[in-house]
Amino acid sequence: MVEETVELKGHIIDSLLLPKVLDQVLARGAEYEIARIDIGVRRSDPSYARIILRTDNKSIMDELLATIKVHGAEPVESEDACLVAADLVGAFPEGFYATTNLRTEVRLGGIWLTVENQEMDRGIVVDTTAARAVCKPMHRIAMGDMVVVGHRGVRVIPAERREWGTLFGFMNSDISPEKPKLALVREIARELWNCRSEKKKTLFVGGPALIHTGAADSLAYLVREGFISVLLTGNGLAVHDIENALYGTSLGIRLRDGTPVQGGHRNHLRAINTIRRLGSIKAAIETGLVTYGVMHACISKGIPFVLAGSIRDDGPLPEVITDVVKATDATRDLIRGAHLALVVASTLHAVALGNILPAATRMVVVDINPAALTKLSDRGSFQTIGIVSDSGLFMRQLVETLQEGC
Amino acid sequence: MDSFLMCPPDYFGIEYEINPWMRLSNQSDPGRARSQWQELHDVLTGELGAAVELIEPVPGLPDLVFTANAGYVVGNVFISSAFKHKERQGETPHFDAWFQAHGYNIRKLGPGCIFEGAGDALPLGETVFAGYRHRSEICSHQELAEIIGRRVLSLELADPAFYHLDTCFCPLSAGTALYFPAAFDDYANRVLQENVPDLLALSEASARQFGCNALLAAGTVVMNTGCGDLEQPLADRGYKLRMVELSEFMKSGGSAKCLTLRLG
Repeated sequence: MVEETVELKGHIIDSLLLPKVLDQVLARGAEYEIARIDIGVRRSDPSYARIILRTDNKSIMDELLATIKVHGAEPVESEDACLVAADLVGAFPEGFYATTNLRTEVRLGGIWLTVENQEMDRGIVVDTTAARAVCKPMHRIAMGDMVVVGHRGVRVIPAERREWGTLFGFMNSDISPEKPKLALVREIARELWNCRSEKKKTLFVGGPALIHTGAADSLAYLVREGFISVLLTGNGLAVHDIENALYGTSLGIRLRDGTPVQGGHRNHLRAINTIRRLGSIKAAIETGLVTYGVMHACISKGIPFVLAGSIRDDGPLPEVITDVVKATDATRDLIRGAHLALVVASTLHAVALGNILPAATRMVVVDINPAALTKLSDRGSFQTIGIVSDSGLFMRQLVETLQEGC
Repeated sequence: MDSFLMCPPDYFGIEYEINPWMRLSNQSDPGRARSQWQELHDVLTGELGAAVELIEPVPGLPDLVFTANAGYVVGNVFISSAFKHKERQGETPHFDAWFQAHGYNIRKLGPGCIFEGAGDALPLGETVFAGYRHRSEICSHQELAEIIGRRVLSLELADPAFYHLDTCFCPLSAGTALYFPAAFDDYANRVLQENVPDLLALSEASARQFGCNALLAAGTVVMNTGCGDLEQPLADRGYKLRMVELSEFMKSGGSAKCLTLRLG
C-alpha cells in the first residue's frame, strides 16, 4: 500500500476543488481519507483540507499526485524515518524518537508501516528486511537494533472516538463525582457483555481495597462468568482475598459484619505464611485449602494474572513477580490486543497500566478519590474515563446489572 | 469615472508563438494595428468618457500592448504578474515601474507561482473569479485571496484556445456575466452557475471572435467585431454593444479586454 498526504487550501469548497480532487482519486481506484478539514467561517475565509491518499500501485500514486497538484493539492513534505543502529545494549541512541500511546506510523522506502505493540515512552525499532516497526522499552534494546531518531518520517494518528459507541460517547473523559452513576454502570455492563460475546479481551486491574470493601465476591463473579480475560494486580489483593477465604477477614476486619476480630491484624500474615509453606496459591487451591475468592476463580478458570511486587509487600506470595522489569514485561505480554481495561481502586496499578496501554485500549477507572483519576489524565492516558465511587458499591451494582441481563 | 491603462502598439507584432492563435506565418499589419488600437482608445476616451493612461511602449516587448496581463489592481494596490513564458517576463519591470511612479503599493506573489494578472482574475461583486491551468497556477489564487481578503473562486480552463479567463468570461455587473461554457470544465461550469445569477452564454462564433474579451464603460460593452448576435441579449439587460475592429490583435490571441487594464 502506497500512501501520501496532500493539503488543499483556499476557497476549495465553493470552487468545488475538494470534490474535484476526491473524484480524481476515486477515478483511479485509489482511496482517500480526509484527515483534517477546516471550513472557512465567512465567505471570504479560506478552507483547508488534509487528505491521505492510498493505492496499491506507486505509478498510479505518482500520476494521481501530478494530476491533483494542478488543482492545488500539494503533497505534504514526507521523508523516510531516520534510523540509527543501537551502539549499546539496553539504551537508545541519542536523539531517539520517544513514543506516545497513540497509533503511530513510520515511513520506510516511501511506505508507511504501523508501529506494533504501541506504548508510550518507548523507542521504535525497525526491521528493514521484514518491513516491521515495533515499540521497544529501553532495556530490551539489543546491540545494532535500528532505532528511529528524530521526528522525520514519523506520524501519529489521532485517537478515534466514534468506534467506542455509547459508553465513551456518553462520557467525555471528564472526571467528576457529579455523574449519573447508574447510567454509567449500565453502559459499562453492556460493554463487558459485548466484549464477552465478541470474544474481545478485557483487563481487570484492582487494588486490595476491593477486598476491604467487600467486593471479592463480585470480582470473583466477573472472573467466573468470563467477563474478565486478564487480572493485573499486586500482592495485596491476593493476600487479602486469601485471608478472606481462610479467615473471613480482610486486614482483620470481618467482612460479614464489618467488626474487628481479636488479633485479626495478624490474619493476613498467617495467610501469606500458609501459602508460602504450600509453595503457591495454586497448590492451596488444588489441596482444597482455598475454596473461594478472586484467586480461586482465576486459577480454577485458567484466567491469567500478574501479581506485580512492590517494596511494601508482606511476604510476598510465591506468585508475586518481584523483579519490576520482569513484572512489566509479563504485564506487557498479557495486555496485547485488549479492548477494555477496568481499573478499580488502585491508583498505582492504574498509572502503571496507563503507561503501557496503547490508546486503542480504553480504560474505565473507578476510584473513591478523584485525585487518582486526575493523575491518570495528567499523565497523558487520555483514553481514560473516570468514575468517582466506592469500589464495593460499584462492583455490586455492576454485577447486579450483569445478572439482570444487558 | 472609468479609467484604464493602455500601451500604444508601436512595437506590436507576432514575434513568437505562445498560444494557439499566434502564427509567425500570420503577421500583423503595423499600420492597421495602429489604427485599430487608436479607434479603441478613442471610443473609450471620446464616446464613453473614460480616462486612459498610457505606458511607454518598449522595443522587443511586442505584447506590452496587452496591459490586462500586467497584474491585478485593487484600490491603490498593484499585484504584479509573474508571467509563464520568458517571452513576456521582460514586461514586468516596466509595469512595476509605471505603477510605482503612479503611487501604487506593489505586491509580489511568492516565488515559483505563475500569475497573469487581470487576464486570469476578474471581480464580480464581492467575489473574484480566477482561471487556471493554461497560464496562471492555482497557488496564485490562494495568495490573491489572502492579499485582497475576498473569496476567490478557481475555474479550470479546459480549452487552450481560451487560455486566459478573460477570453471566455466577462463580468458586467453584479449578477450578470458573459461566458463561453465549452471553455470550462464541468466543475467550473457548476461554480459559475451556482455563483452568477445571470449567465449569458456566447455562441461558438462570437466566442471565437473573443466576444468575452470585452470591457464595460458607461453602460456600453466594447468588443471585437463579428459578435452582433450579442446586441439584443445585451440590450435586454440594459447594455449597449459597441464593436471595434481588432482583427490584427486577434492574430496574437488578444482583443479589447486584453488591450486595457482597468484602474478604477
